[in-house]
Amino acid sequence: MLTVNEQQVSHEAVQTIGELAAIHKPLADLFILNGYPVPSTTRVRDGDTCTLIVKGEIPTPEEMNSLLSARHTPGVQERIRNSTIAILGLGGLGSAVAGAMAKIGIGKMLLSDYDIVEPSNLNRQHYFVDQIGMMKTRALKENLLRMNPSLSLELIEEQLTESALPGLFAKVDVLIECFDDPAMKAATLRCILSEATMQNVAYVGSSGMAGFGDSNTIQTKQIRPGVYICGDETSAAGPGQGLMSPRVGVAAHHQANQALRLLLQEDEGRKH
Amino acid sequence: MSILGQAPSAMNITLNGNKTDFDNISTISELLENLDLAVDSVVVELNTKIIQPDSYGATQLGEGDGVEIIRFVGGG
Repeated sequence: MLTVNEQQVSHEAVQTIGELAAIHKPLADLFILNGYPVPSTTRVRDGDTCTLIVKGEIPTPEEMNSLLSARHTPGVQERIRNSTIAILGLGGLGSAVAGAMAKIGIGKMLLSDYDIVEPSNLNRQHYFVDQIGMMKTRALKENLLRMNPSLSLELIEEQLTESALPGLFAKVDVLIECFDDPAMKAATLRCILSEATMQNVAYVGSSGMAGFGDSNTIQTKQIRPGVYICGDETSAAGPGQGLMSPRVGVAAHHQANQALRLLLQEDEGRKH
Repeated sequence: MSILGQAPSAMNITLNGNKTDFDNISTISELLENLDLAVDSVVVELNTKIIQPDSYGATQLGEGDGVEIIRFVGGG
């Protein structure tokens, strides 16, 4: 057997990677054998992993899904693909969380921010210089669809308040709080813990990731089953301790991984 | 234990899992002020019930109450 573009195939009839491409990807102009580019005349052997690429070709949604299923295993990918998450605040945390979730093929994302991309954001937020002045929602949508064109994205461009949250987010699987403002961080957790309609929404919040302190002080802490906060709980953004891409990224990926764990029902103490 | 061991105004509450004595406080607002915590960046749970911020001033604390306070710092 061979692995060809993440699928298992028999190779009885072929001897070279070029012959394999003629069957599975006739227009391929780049041949990768076990991780290395090779000429089309290179022989293939049982157990080899072959990637056949047409340069510039965008995979169809079906192809994207099958690539992700092969990487993540089908059961895991089906869960991810059938999930909806919300990301509140699209700054250093939110833009990074969104990228991670886009790459693993999340089904649907609700992206919420009312702000535009400013030059001062670019030290940590995943936007490009030519997007300065755009709404963060729209700039991020553009970027995420370049990572994974199969995503379903819903943009929420109003300034959120505590009372607006249940109406907008009661149906998502996981709500990921990435606000800058500590008052909105607190308001979101309070809403999750006290609103009856939010009881089935899992939550991953954030607190404390400014500066360049030890990475390992950033933790994922369970408040109760289904409710988690990532960060070091103390490093506030302020003069002399700015938000910087590396450490904000550590916290963001704690959040993204915890969100994934919740989607895959890895949640200590919670009954499903 | 001496009956004079504790001032009459002291109250023992379990704050984030730790038994703690407080002097001269009776409400959640006073507790937050005593702890030097900003009212708008915390979530307060009293005996497993979330308290809304507009009730902090009116919510009385009693001996033996369990209070959980989650404090958020800015940045994202």
